Amino acid sequence: MSEKVNPEQERVGVYVCHCGSNIAKVVDVEDVATWAADLPNVEVSRDYKFMCSSLGQDLIEEDIKEKGLTKVVVASCSPHMHEKTFRVACERGGLNPFMFEMANIREHDSWTTDDEVAATSKAKALTNAAIERVVHHQPLEQLPVEINPNTLVVGGGIAGISATLELANAGHHVYMVEREPTIGGHMAQLDKTFPTLDCSACILTPKMVDVGQHPNITLLTWSEVEKVDGFLGNFTVNVRKKARYVNEEHCTGCGICIEKCPFKVSDDIFEVGLSERKVIYRPFPQAVPKYPVIDKENCVYFQRGKCKACQIFCPTEPNSIEFEQEDEILSFDVGNIILATGYDLFDVKKIPQYGYGRLANVFTSLEFERMVNASGPTEGSIVLRDMESTPKSVAIVHCVGSRDENYHKYCSKVCCMYSLKFAHLVHERIPEAEVYNCYIDMRTPGKGYEEFYNRLLEEETNFIRGKVAEVTDAARIPEEEGKLIVQVEDTLIGRQRRVPVDMVILSPAMEARADSKEISQLFKMGCDFDGFFVERHPKLDPVATMTDGIYIAGACQGPKDVPDSVAQGAAAAARVAGLINLGTVMMEPVRASINQDECSGCKICNNMCPYNAIIFHEDREVSEVITALCQGCGTCVAACPSGVITGAHFTNDQLFSQIEGILWDVRPEKVTA
Amino acid sequence: MTEQFEPVIVGFLCNWCSYRAADLAGTARIHYAPNMRPIRVMCSGRVDPQFVLKALREGADGVLIAGCHPGECHYVNGNIKALRRFMLLKAMLRQMGVEEDRVQLLWASASEGIILARKVDQMTEEIRALGPLNWSEKVIGGNGHKVAVAEPVAEEV
Repeated sequence: MSEKVNPEQERVGVYVCHCGSNIAKVVDVEDVATWAADLPNVEVSRDYKFMCSSLGQDLIEEDIKEKGLTKVVVASCSPHMHEKTFRVACERGGLNPFMFEMANIREHDSWTTDDEVAATSKAKALTNAAIERVVHHQPLEQLPVEINPNTLVVGGGIAGISATLELANAGHHVYMVEREPTIGGHMAQLDKTFPTLDCSACILTPKMVDVGQHPNITLLTWSEVEKVDGFLGNFTVNVRKKARYVNEEHCTGCGICIEKCPFKVSDDIFEVGLSERKVIYRPFPQAVPKYPVIDKENCVYFQRGKCKACQIFCPTEPNSIEFEQEDEILSFDVGNIILATGYDLFDVKKIPQYGYGRLANVFTSLEFERMVNASGPTEGSIVLRDMESTPKSVAIVHCVGSRDENYHKYCSKVCCMYSLKFAHLVHERIPEAEVYNCYIDMRTPGKGYEEFYNRLLEEETNFIRGKVAEVTDAARIPEEEGKLIVQVEDTLIGRQRRVPVDMVILSPAMEARADSKEISQLFKMGCDFDGFFVERHPKLDPVATMTDGIYIAGACQGPKDVPDSVAQGAAAAARVAGLINLGTVMMEPVRASINQDECSGCKICNNMCPYNAIIFHEDREVSEVITALCQGCGTCVAACPSGVITGAHFTNDQLFSQIEGILWDVRPEKVTA
Repeated sequence: MTEQFEPVIVGFLCNWCSYRAADLAGTARIHYAPNMRPIRVMCSGRVDPQFVLKALREGADGVLIAGCHPGECHYVNGNIKALRRFMLLKAMLRQMGVEEDRVQLLWASASEGIILARKVDQMTEEIRALGPLNWSEKVIGGNGHKVAVAEPVAEEV
């Protein structure tokens, strides 16, 4: 690998592709090929209609064998398109696949201009750069990486559950980490799911139970990932398992402790503040796991040292309540990680003109979900904030914080459908009530979704096309007294309307988790400006990320409904299962290495590395790159003041030659100074 | 009519965002100035300031460094390191008498082909207005390195 290349002895084959007419229409391909034939080191130069075709690849193979080529340049499309194709062709011809370089004269040239002269000249520059670079290429070996068959799934919502069960059912071990005391996520809070109106809990809870009981799943709830080290196939994960103060070995989940606990606090998470829960609690009766958790902040024993009712009444032997329990840090190895961390709802208080928090009868969608849920705080009756009066008219405001220049520009995708579902549920529970849906555009793409919209039109919901300006209680006429007035421009009749109603439901945007930036840094992958995680390719690789071994599923990637989240969870699981089945993957050998004899031990590179892949040997006072951790970015190579770090396949020699080559027509006579 | 000056710009594009942005610009058939000649690096953090100086010395009239947006770097924060080096390099170029606009930095994600294309157009115009760099005269000749070596007396004051 370290054998020195002698540029004088290299024999380069140059192949300029027409790509049908994609390149040849603008670039004079024959001219480039003829011109290249006379360049130093070039043994043969050809142009061909389609280099990527099997005949084109045969050309390369034959020339390597017959003309003894040592290096190959193909001037055609983007390396992201066909670099692999041609590397394999070189390999078939008997060359190391890295003895190849590509000049991108299609995406970067012929497709960007009609100017034939300029395009041909640019094609020459790019081809020449590739030729001058390739003579400095050195044979490299791909690095085999073993894949640990265990997987970490972060997030126990429906996307995470879907991914976890797919993998576990395929016989692979999964660690599922969930921050809340139970899995289930947002879906557990919902009542009905659109458009079929089947009960959310009825379809979700059996899946939750499967996760809880599966022999291949280690379920860690009330836990958070604290540290992730390593790379594809070999991650080491540290998880903080927060103290539950309940011994999971002994607890039977009988619930007597919850019953006996004398203190209540507002349940701000599961019941979104609509009702109270005990201080020792289970978020909801079907929670998985079934063990309760003590809310330390509010527990009288923890605050004042008295009470212990839960411990006193606990019937298990030995007692399950352990006040002295402490957080545990668990460490385990996994080969792949699937992130399914879900979403937050937009804080509707950020739009004060909608009155949430100021006007009692303005509700959020999640509050309404809990209210219509048969196991929710009102056992399914739709009531006003006083928890008894039934509203006679309800307005549902779409696009709260989404499709809005001031907040989120994107469409939250699910709100139209659940707003329609709300309208249906109001009709169902309060047949005499008037329902108004104030929407900007009705977006119902999906199987059976448009049909659901049509059904609502028949149920005589009032649809007002316009963005709501304000919700107010300032009456102008007697009919508005004591009501909430929704001020909205009805754009279909071109008139401002004031709609007096008893209840307003806001449908807020789905937004990225408040801590998604930190999560993305923890797992060393990207998130976009909105905070959603970035997929490797928006169409062709929607569940992989730019970081090998890290996959994403569900609403952490962008607003998504239940079926899409389930599909993504399963897709991510399939990707992981594929890698597990392979057992080993080959990694690009683009890695840095430090010449130990010449390193001055300045340690500048140590802090440059985003992967902590460079260690410093105190005894010898030199730094060394741990190849397995290095991802090949080359930041350390650029930073080394002694120039003793080599970035394989992007060496200084290669890049300097490429710079010289790309400027072939403008280079001054050899500069002396 | 005199012939218009066509500046030559070397573009260092990171493999994950900007190179793909340029690919996308092509795929979307966005037309832009053919003056930028791209070189692929894995990360904008790999762009050694020497590469920029080398390009300018070898006849380029400008250099564009393009990477992922801050926070979106494939290698966590290589682009921030590129930014740091870029600031220092600019200060150095100023001292050498090279106009600041000749070396520019751009964040372009893989979906921002249009942003990359417009930047190349804009930069081409700016450098066209500045005229050729003529490194050997501007930096090495005149009050540059060569003179200082030839006349060490110039060090006084």
